[in-house]
Order: sequence, then structure tokens, then C-alpha cells
Amino acid sequence: MNQNTPIRLKYFAWLRENIGKAEESHVLPQSVDSVDTLISWLIEQDANYAQAFENRETIKVAINQKHVEHNALLEGAYEIAFFPPMTGG
Amino acid sequence: MVVVRVQEQEFDIAKEQINLVGSRKDIGAIVAFTGLVRDITEGRKLSKMVLEHYPEMAESELGRLESEANKRFDLQGTTIIHRYGELFPGDLIVLVLAASQHRQDAFSAADFMMDYLKSNAPFWKKEYYTDKNEPEWVNAKTSDDERLNRWF
Repeated sequence: MNQNTPIRLKYFAWLRENIGKAEESHVLPQSVDSVDTLISWLIEQDANYAQAFENRETIKVAINQKHVEHNALLEGAYEIAFFPPMTGG
Repeated sequence: MVVVRVQEQEFDIAKEQINLVGSRKDIGAIVAFTGLVRDITEGRKLSKMVLEHYPEMAESELGRLESEANKRFDLQGTTIIHRYGELFPGDLIVLVLAASQHRQDAFSAADFMMDYLKSNAPFWKKEYYTDKNEPEWVNAKTSDDERLNRWF
């Protein structure tokens, strides 16, 4: 993974409201190589993320618009989305 | 034929069914599921609902869902149309059509697609009530995940 390429992060529903933004871009440190480490890194950034990810195991994740588990690696990721369990239909 | 549409505007069930059939004469059964907005949820009166969605992923996920249905069941066509935006009690939210030679697969496919959609389609409902100032995000139901698990 090219560590200088910024990755787009997207947030939806109440996650978006708690964090205060729908979208942002970050160049991630090399140590952030999985969804789990990314969530931990975000939580360190400020209290809004910590609050949004309080029950982190319940938060759903998509990499490049496909559902993934929290142990998924970020290799090849250009867009990572975080959202609550879905309520469509 | 596989039809996927994510749109703000209302859909016409009869038109979509006609569209799915086209000029085919070999379809024996079409099952249509329509989801609507109810006016009362958990005792509270709804004034409106706003459906948020993840645009790029919604279409691809619904496409994946239909692909899966077409692999599992003997189908001649499927349609999924899911709306987003501001919806009011009585409004149509989602349409799922499954066409097959025989009714068994049509019924099962429609059931499967709705279960899959409920758990995996990136849409989120926010409810606004007539008797409350604060709107609320709808919580996903564990029963929906359980329903999905029965197919796997």
C-alpha cells in the first residue's frame, strides 16, 4: 500500500452525526493496516470518534463499497465507509 | 433480466412487472413484494421518514443480492427498486420482483432477496414523529439477521 496516498473515509447515519462529517481524507500511518487498527487510530484522534465508535464491534464497514469484517486488511483500499447496521427495505 | 434501481421517485408496480416480462411468454409466476411506510411504529405516530443511503454501494450491493438470488433459484428475471429521501406514511419504499417458470422459486427468491436486503443494503431510516420533537434513527433488528441466517 502506498502510504502517501490519502484514503477516503465515509460515515453514514448517526455515525456521521456524531463524528460531525460525512467524508474526509487521510494519509494513514503505516501501522494502520486493517479496519481494527484504523478504528483504534480514529478513536485516538478526538472525542467525537471515541463516542461514535463506543460500541465498535457493532459498527459495519465497507472497503471499496463491499462489506468487510473488522479484521480486513486495508491493502488496495481507496474508500472505507463506516455505518450502523442497516435498516433499508 | 436483472433490474436494479435506486431512486428518489415513486415506482409503478404494474409497469415494472410489464417491463420485467417484456415479450417473454415462458414466465409462469411472478411474485412481487412491496414495502411501505407505516404510520405508527412502536406506538408513535410517524410524520415522515427520511431514508439515507450510500449511493455507489447501494446499487452494487443490490446487484450482488440479485446475482445471488439468480444463482440459488431457478429464475427468469428479478427486479429490485429501492427509494431514498423523504417518505411519508403510505408511501412505497421498495419493490422486489421474482419471475420464474413455477411459483416455488418465485416465492422463495422474493423472500430471500428481502431478507438479504434488510441486513445488507446500505440504507438507514430516520423517523420523525408527530408527538415528539426529536427524530430517531431506526435500530436494525436482530430478527432480520436471524432471518438471513436461515438461508446460509
